[in-house]
Amino acid sequence: MLAILAQAEKTFFLPPGRSTVAASHDGLYQFVLWMSVIWLILIAGVMIYFVIKYRRKSPHDKPVGPTHSTAIELGWTLPPLILVMIIFVWGFRGFMDMNQAPNGATRNQVIVAASKWNWSFTYAGGQNDGTLHVPVNTPISLVLTSSDVIHSFYVPDFRVKKDVVPGRYNKTWFQATEVGEYNLFCAEYCGQQHSTMVTKVVVQSQEDYDAYIRKLDEIIMTMPPVELGKRAYKVYGCKQCHSLDGIAGTGPSWKDVFGKTQTFADGSSRKVDENYVRDSILNPGKDLVAGYDNVMPTFQGQIKEQEITGVIELLKSISANYDGPILDKAPAAPGDEAGADAGDTSGGGNDETGETQLQE
Amino acid sequence: MSVIQDQVKVSGYGGQQGPGETNYINHSKGIMSWLLTLDHKRIGLMYMIAVLTAFLGGGLCAIALRTMLYMRSAPDVAPITTGTQDVYNQLFTLHGAILVFMFIIPAVPAILGNMILPLMLGAKDVAFPRLNLLSWYCYMAGATFFLFVLLSGGLDTGWTFYTPYSTSTSTSVAAATMGAFILGFSSILTGLNFIATIHMLRPAGMGWFRMPLFLWALYATSIIQVLATPVLAITLMLLAAERILHVGIFDPALGGDPVLFQHFFWFYSHPAVYIMILPGMGIISELMATFCRRQVFGYSFIAFSSIAIALLGFLVWGHHMYTSGQSAMTNAIFSLITFSVAIPSAIKIFNWLATMYKGSISLATPMLYALAFIWLFTIGGLTGVFLGALSLDIMAHDTYFVVAHFHYVMVGSMLTSFIGGMYYWWPKMFGKMYNETVAKVAWFLIFFGFNLTFFIQFIAGSQGMPRRYADYLPEFAIYHQISTLGSYVLAIGLFLVLYNWIQSLVSGPKAPQNPWGGNTLEWHTSSPPPHENFIEDPHVTEPYEMRAWDYDESIDGYVYDKAKAIELDKQSQH
Repeated sequence: MLAILAQAEKTFFLPPGRSTVAASHDGLYQFVLWMSVIWLILIAGVMIYFVIKYRRKSPHDKPVGPTHSTAIELGWTLPPLILVMIIFVWGFRGFMDMNQAPNGATRNQVIVAASKWNWSFTYAGGQNDGTLHVPVNTPISLVLTSSDVIHSFYVPDFRVKKDVVPGRYNKTWFQATEVGEYNLFCAEYCGQQHSTMVTKVVVQSQEDYDAYIRKLDEIIMTMPPVELGKRAYKVYGCKQCHSLDGIAGTGPSWKDVFGKTQTFADGSSRKVDENYVRDSILNPGKDLVAGYDNVMPTFQGQIKEQEITGVIELLKSISANYDGPILDKAPAAPGDEAGADAGDTSGGGNDETGETQLQE
Repeated sequence: MSVIQDQVKVSGYGGQQGPGETNYINHSKGIMSWLLTLDHKRIGLMYMIAVLTAFLGGGLCAIALRTMLYMRSAPDVAPITTGTQDVYNQLFTLHGAILVFMFIIPAVPAILGNMILPLMLGAKDVAFPRLNLLSWYCYMAGATFFLFVLLSGGLDTGWTFYTPYSTSTSTSVAAATMGAFILGFSSILTGLNFIATIHMLRPAGMGWFRMPLFLWALYATSIIQVLATPVLAITLMLLAAERILHVGIFDPALGGDPVLFQHFFWFYSHPAVYIMILPGMGIISELMATFCRRQVFGYSFIAFSSIAIALLGFLVWGHHMYTSGQSAMTNAIFSLITFSVAIPSAIKIFNWLATMYKGSISLATPMLYALAFIWLFTIGGLTGVFLGALSLDIMAHDTYFVVAHFHYVMVGSMLTSFIGGMYYWWPKMFGKMYNETVAKVAWFLIFFGFNLTFFIQFIAGSQGMPRRYADYLPEFAIYHQISTLGSYVLAIGLFLVLYNWIQSLVSGPKAPQNPWGGNTLEWHTSSPPPHENFIEDPHVTEPYEMRAWDYDESIDGYVYDKAKAIELDKQSQH
């Protein structure tokens, strides 16, 4: 239903505007577009008219025409000058609105962590997810950080884009005006899987958003560690490089790796145990498996202890080299039922919480 | 002396050279006579072979990547593999790097500039012929590094080498930056040579404002080449130092600042955009005058607009970085200066149109390219107005809108002016005419194919399609399909031009000295010119005073009437 509505409002040139700054942007876009069309028709029209009117009659032609006129030169310099100054001021004011978050936006601050090739969003309460959920009609402030190379946060429907630069915090903001799901792209080339660094912004009513945040709160307490590991596998983008089926990707597959003895680039070797997995997540360049490039960013400061435990249990559960017990039961805590539901709240492009399914 | 003058009065330069006499091509024989030549025309020819080979390579990359994108549009396509992504990333990088550093930048100055600049000055050669040969060897050395990159794991950074990705990828960044570094010297040496030549070797009677506008454009280009290229060289050296010695300059992990790289890079690469387009604009001024067969309108405004573009071009680099996090004040200043560059560009367009007014417009192939240039450059320029506006650029930055914009300017405009110039000076360079029908068909395919390929990308970009994506969401499929089909039409048109040129070399009819009736000095010598360019000193008048050239059916060319030229010159002095 929403998808159909969105389709209807899409213009030939622009996607539907779904944020408060879209109207200003789109107005200027239409202005420059029509100005361009008029100039193009004028220039091409004059050109074609002259070609027809002054077509060479004979190779003996020796035409004489005017060669200079300072008055004409200054005269035709003026209209473009005035037009570009109007466009400059209009574009600058639009930009200041895009750039300057309104008061109160920081109450809804989300930390956007970009890494090769994954988006991770951390909400004010410390919850995180691989899709960005926001309440509708509320200014959202974004703090952008990268743990490896430059990425760029880009949501066309909101007319918002900001580079995510390692070693500094860039900030931007938006206020969504319609409930729905919108594409979120990485716009700055960041290497091999740049084109798959695409996720969704899910705009929800305040009640749905609150319920979503509550569910995220419960996940760590209630989810069985193996399930928590599977969720982390998606949320932190592990799946971009590590397969679960034994096929080597940009990094080694996770199948059968736990308990195996890995050989490293420097010739040393080590058995994969809990500490090795923990090291690989927090300090990935330390023991680089032979045959692979050092491309993995660190997840220090992003991933929680429970989630590391979850990843370890996930590795155990898919390894033929491990025959010990696996923590696949939910911790004994209230809200078991909710915990089972929350298993859906995983990252990746097609993530659905119960709430978003309801809206559709 | 007076006897020769009398002859000239009657027959122009027609009797200067008979058939079977030597010219610069058959002047001496053997491979070493080419590899060690100091003749600017031979160096221009060697550049032509090398640069067109690079164009073929970079162009084939484009066809390959457009084909890959087309294949991703099938409705039931399997998820993209990392191997496919690697291939795509390398293709767009090599496409950009080869075509920017090895084709667009050198094409007009190194091929046509080398060939024509000394001839236009009535000079025997450029000021420093040995330096000129060295610049060709620099080009070949740089090209060798790029060949090495191809064979040694490729390059996947994009032609922009943005840090810290470029300092962390395992592909051959060091070899590629070394290649670009050496190619930069080729560019600097050519620029230096042209500046010295224009200052020192103008003939008696040719003041600055009697110079053909192509030379003004090459002069402005040379200033940029000499002043901006060293910054690229320094930047690439710093990048290499960081990669090899781990000195922290750009990589935040080593304490550097990645945005600093962007400042350095665009401080060269934005002026470089004008290195690419200004010589093309110079060609268009020549084509407009000759094929409208009248004085250029607003000569001094066109000449000074070239210089204005060259200087203002140094002050706009920050408009590539509106989204990088630089301050709002910085963005505003760069936006304002960016808009100011639009004015001299608009002035050029208006003056070319005014030149057509009351002219005698021939639609010979070079003129068709000039008209295509006006269409393409107008679109390229107007879409630049979108990107100069801050709020619009935030949305369009790093999308296909930008891709389409710079292809309209750097490829559409620059390529049509280059091919137009090649056709224009082809009879002069080789002494052969080409098949006009084939040339016009090829022109149409290129013009139609180019617009089909790139206009749709403005829409894709406005809809939010990011650039440098090996894969895309299904809603963008239709744009990619149309664009790919257009690129095939464009490629067929370009191959037809190649066929047209080869056929002309093999079996083209002999060209007259002056097939178009132009009056710049290269038309005052035989086609192709002799080794020393001019048997006798050419007669210098107003560059676009063409009324002293009379059409002669028997040779399908124009013959000079010196007495009339002297008379016309006297009139213009009053």
